[in-house]
Amino acid sequence: MIKVKNLTKTYRVSRRDAGFWASVKALGKRETKTVTALDNISFTVNPGEIVGYIGPNGAGKSSTVKILSGILTPDSGEVTVNGLIPWKHRKKYVSDIGVVFGQRTQLWWDVPVIDSFELLKDIYKTDDAVYRRNLSLLTERLDLQLLLRTPTRQLSLGQRMRCEIAASLLHDPKILFLDEPTIGLDAVSKIAIRAFIKELNREKGTTVILTTHDMQDVEALSDRILLIGNGRILMDGAFEDVKKIKPDYASLDELAFHLYRRYGITGGEA
Amino acid sequence: MKAYFSYFRMRLIHSLQYRTAALAGVATQFFWGFMEIQLYRAFYSEHADAFPMTLSSLVSYIWLRQAFLMLFNTWTFEGELFKSILDGNVAYELVRPADLYFMWFARTAAVRVSKTLLRFWPILLVAFLLPAPIGMQLPPSTGTFALFMLSGFLTLGVTVAFTMIVYFSCFYTVSADGIRAILTPVSELLTGGLLPIPFMPAFFQKIITLSPFGAMMNAPLRIYSGNITGIEAGKIMLLQLFWLIALTLVGMLLQRRGMKKLMVAGG
Repeated sequence: MIKVKNLTKTYRVSRRDAGFWASVKALGKRETKTVTALDNISFTVNPGEIVGYIGPNGAGKSSTVKILSGILTPDSGEVTVNGLIPWKHRKKYVSDIGVVFGQRTQLWWDVPVIDSFELLKDIYKTDDAVYRRNLSLLTERLDLQLLLRTPTRQLSLGQRMRCEIAASLLHDPKILFLDEPTIGLDAVSKIAIRAFIKELNREKGTTVILTTHDMQDVEALSDRILLIGNGRILMDGAFEDVKKIKPDYASLDELAFHLYRRYGITGGEA
Repeated sequence: MKAYFSYFRMRLIHSLQYRTAALAGVATQFFWGFMEIQLYRAFYSEHADAFPMTLSSLVSYIWLRQAFLMLFNTWTFEGELFKSILDGNVAYELVRPADLYFMWFARTAAVRVSKTLLRFWPILLVAFLLPAPIGMQLPPSTGTFALFMLSGFLTLGVTVAFTMIVYFSCFYTVSADGIRAILTPVSELLTGGLLPIPFMPAFFQKIITLSPFGAMMNAPLRIYSGNITGIEAGKIMLLQLFWLIALTLVGMLLQRRGMKKLMVAGG
């Protein structure tokens, strides 16, 4: 059970005008502005849910995921996940979660994927039997047989992402955070990954929190949608409710456009 | 503990792959050592008594320094670690149930050990085969050799703890290039990498010996050849232990504090 209450996170962003003189002036006095990434956010996620966390670039999605996974400390507010506070009990807490950052890699570049998996097994102190069972299950479901002995650097993006997702699940996490897991992938890989996540959720009851810009991900996976814009939760409901906004939508992207416009979301302030 | 050892092992096999780099390193380091010894021989042939170390001690010092260059130098950094702080890949390290400081400590030590494993033995082999006075000598006793090994381990620890401080300074300065540009030549001089510390002015020697730099390669290389013995050897190893603990604490503090103000932007 994930409980988030009145969560606020701000960043300081420095800014100056373009050009030489502006940069000379900035040597003396820096102009910084406080940007509110998350503004008093509250929500609850029940075990076994798949929640699609959507919103435009800069809306605060990644900040939320980073706070929920214990990486960032918020300015104020409360978060408890299964009774633990992510940033306070980080080491204990992270054993129970899996995280995939679609734009980063956790696999060691120059060695075969299986070496990275073995290292993760030791880092998470995963039981031998559990590890072997998960490895064979993930290998089968994500079709990794031929990839495991290949160095990461020689994998395509789609192959790598399948390995990344497997890497995050080897230790049997109860909650899986997926931060843009399908970014840059082709149709085949996207569909394979969606099907896998759905299965995982059904069979193991893993709670999944998914951030994405791909409305098809959301449609295929999420029972529930959280819409975030300008640091606030604007909508919390089922995908069916979103469809009611524009029943005659031509594409899912168009639907997202109308959704964002209806709630007056701009690209987020910077 | 096993997690950190696995991390160490991973980095070890990872960098054992680079054979060509090792071969080039062996050639360079051997040639450098050889030329340096020729230079000192020329000076010693004039006034052997005017120097603070015997020629044979100095020759052993130089060969050991060359053989263990990758283990003991203060300027080997992993670009990947700086990069992961700057581009946010460090996020993945932070979702592990392990301590970032010790993961990176293990990793940094592993890089040094693996590079050294590929390089030290060809250099020492040739150095031992060379005739006196330019050949490497055995240590005066097995006890001395044991002290050398122990002091070598401490040096690895102190040196890694020192580089960790440079890594984590990145949490505060955006780019560590400036700090590295200053520290590289300064620490090279102060650790005795260019000139053994006994060759420096007396006053200067006292300060360096007490500083963390004196607790690095200076200790094992001089213990080996009998330049530091008995009580003095015990004292310098205590200093090494002290600096190992002190630098580790400073590094951990920098990391903890840095993480509180950390921003992982983008993505």
